[in-house]
Amino acid sequence: MKINVGESSAEEVLDYYLHQIEEEAGSAHKEGRLVCWSAALAPAEFCEAMDVSVVYPEIHAAVFASGKGNTGLLEAAARKGYGRGLCSCARNSIGFMEMLKQRTAFGSAPEALQESGAARVSLPDFVFVCNNICDAVLKWYEALARELAIPCIILDVPYNHTMPVSRHNKEYLAAQFLDVVKKLERICKKPFDYEKFYQAQVQTQRTVYQWKRVAALAFRKPSPLNGFDLFKYMEIVVMCRPKMAGEIVLRKFADELEADAAGGRFAYGEAGEEKYRVTWEGNAVWPFFNLTGRTFKETGSLLAGAGVPGMWNITYIPGDLASMAEAYSSIYLNCGAPYRYEELCRIVESSQSEGIVFHIDHSCKIASFLHREGAEYVQDRNGVPFTYFDGDQADPEVFTGAQFENRLRELTEKMEIRKS
Amino acid sequence: MNDFKQCIASPARTILRYRERTGKGVVGVMPVYCPEEIIHAAGFLPLGIWGSPNISITKTRAAWPSFVCSVAQSITELEALGAYRDLDAVVFSVPCDTLKCLSQKWDSSGVPAIVFTHPQNRRDSEQAACAFAREEYRIVKEKLEALLRVSISTDALKASIRIYNENRAACRAFSDACAQYAGLIKPSWRHTVFRARWFMEKSAHTALVNELMEAVRAEPLPDFQGRKILVSGIMTEPEEVLHILEENGFAIAADDLAQESRQIREDVPDDADPLLALARQWIRFDGCPLAFNERKPRARMLIDTAKKYGADAVIVCMPKHCDPEAFDYPILLREFRAEGMKSLCVETDPGTTSFEQIGTRIQTFAELL
Ligand code: SF4
Ligand code: SF4
Repeated sequence: MKINVGESSAEEVLDYYLHQIEEEAGSAHKEGRLVCWSAALAPAEFCEAMDVSVVYPEIHAAVFASGKGNTGLLEAAARKGYGRGLCSCARNSIGFMEMLKQRTAFGSAPEALQESGAARVSLPDFVFVCNNICDAVLKWYEALARELAIPCIILDVPYNHTMPVSRHNKEYLAAQFLDVVKKLERICKKPFDYEKFYQAQVQTQRTVYQWKRVAALAFRKPSPLNGFDLFKYMEIVVMCRPKMAGEIVLRKFADELEADAAGGRFAYGEAGEEKYRVTWEGNAVWPFFNLTGRTFKETGSLLAGAGVPGMWNITYIPGDLASMAEAYSSIYLNCGAPYRYEELCRIVESSQSEGIVFHIDHSCKIASFLHREGAEYVQDRNGVPFTYFDGDQADPEVFTGAQFENRLRELTEKMEIRKS
Repeated sequence: MNDFKQCIASPARTILRYRERTGKGVVGVMPVYCPEEIIHAAGFLPLGIWGSPNISITKTRAAWPSFVCSVAQSITELEALGAYRDLDAVVFSVPCDTLKCLSQKWDSSGVPAIVFTHPQNRRDSEQAACAFAREEYRIVKEKLEALLRVSISTDALKASIRIYNENRAACRAFSDACAQYAGLIKPSWRHTVFRARWFMEKSAHTALVNELMEAVRAEPLPDFQGRKILVSGIMTEPEEVLHILEENGFAIAADDLAQESRQIREDVPDDADPLLALARQWIRFDGCPLAFNERKPRARMLIDTAKKYGADAVIVCMPKHCDPEAFDYPILLREFRAEGMKSLCVETDPGTTSFEQIGTRIQTFAELL
């Protein structure tokens, strides 16, 4: 099936490419390509240069949790000993791995795998971990590599306790880039394609440019973009950063939003429907993604700014490894205070947010443990009120709709008082 | 034993005595791994901070969400209570997400924090990782020199490394003696000796350990009727857990605890450049969930150690909400089973006041063995 990008909507183009990527990942082994399961913020440029098919378990967690359900996968992980409290993306993927192993062993897909809707994905030939988001991811990929007895490529991105990223940190990263190349050459049994690597870097920058364009549209007041869609399109920026598909989809989306704004069509229809502008700090609650979006809409709150999607604003000079190192290292979750809180302030200010919703994500410690300090920092700076709610990015057990709605309504009251 | 006990019972007095004796101060060492030798070479006392096993959280309930480990939670509470006010500085390592956040929450009225990061790509990029660790340690040294207004010479650092290696050797010998004299050295005594390591200047600790060893060796080998075990995890605190082990006839033949033997397992190698030597120690260190290794050698190491010291089983002490340990456990368990090694996992929570459940589990385990 082909698509005419010019005549299709951004959503259709998105679906088309996502489907295509899934197909490719499903048939990679048949076509003699290797499959890598990769952390979502590992530099995909390396695998792209080696024509490796990359699968992103964090995206699986989001897709399964928000779609047909991942309870079976979480239970499978729990049976292996990976229980509640551990990152649910990790548990989701360990459960998924277990189901795929069973499929390989018995020849048919277990029920939990069919439920998840991703039965075609292959088990990896190797994994690629990068701890520029958290250290839990190191433990998760260590476990995957050990459970499957496959190689693990690690790009260790040291925590930036001081900013800017230090010179020795960049040197360490640049040295590791070369070791990643060596390991990939050994795994793929072919020389590294430096030209393709450069092209992948260039393409990444083109995709990221469009991604930033989309995110900046939510900063307009009134906004043509509902920030929940930013979370939805994260799938493409994660999976297709070094591919032209990423640029095509995101450019289409940004153009569409520009046209909407010019035509007076805004995220909530009429401009006046956007009563409050809110920054969302933390992961999405994927099992209740639609419900959280609906609750926002019902209270007239527009999701105008978000920290997590901005982690993919990886901006560097192609061909310059030190610049690439700095970009992959400065992810705000990988940086200490006050940089991390400054980043939040920047989002709140650029999005003209009047309040902040903090997601206390029970299986993501790095994202949740500094919410309180972040909230106080922003409030000291510009008085923006905030609220917290309990949830989990991919485990449906923690979140309750009632708490979420109450907290959001409380926040709207605070925002209203501040307005008047 | 009394000397060890006293120093644990009143760290404040230990600090005071140190100040009086040396005219120098004290630097806090946060969990888990720290090149303490640098602090020692400055003439300051490195003081281990692991929170308090028996503290109830009142002041800082809101500082953390409910799913934080109690090491971090209790450190924050003690900080709010002013327990660390007299320190000259604290040094933070950040090998887990919780410690990263703890290092950024630190706000102890004017006590400066020095944070450093351990490199984790210790196999594929060994040289670069070593160079990175060396530079992080150099910065720690530079910051300490500025804060403490001292100069740390290469010779002083080498001397401190020697003192620390001697202490590690003494502690390893003591641990071996605990296996040999299982009926004599109780688990809680063993823990006391290791815990005191965090509060004492290391040559003083070594001298005391050696003295104790002499006394122990003068005793006839006891006839031990109980069971020897290996304990693994972050720590065995609260101490009630150790008493339960004793009541059930267990002796600790060896440990793989972050608070105890993981600190003394790996000597700092010889090197003309002492900072590089410290960095190389971290690169070589293995078998800990906080030190990345996709080959995950910990289970093998535990099984071999248990066999070497005649331990009948492994007890994993799992702090609540500790991701690094929790991610390791399923693989440990699988490999223990494959080798026929008996094991038990007990969730230790320093905030716990009720030990009934742990008691029942350990008792059942003892009966099973
Ligand atoms: S950042 Fe949070 S959600 Fe993502 S892998 Fe780490 S712990 Fe899991
Ligand atoms: S107990 Fe575990 S989670 Fe807590 S600080 Fe120690 S290693 Fe980190």
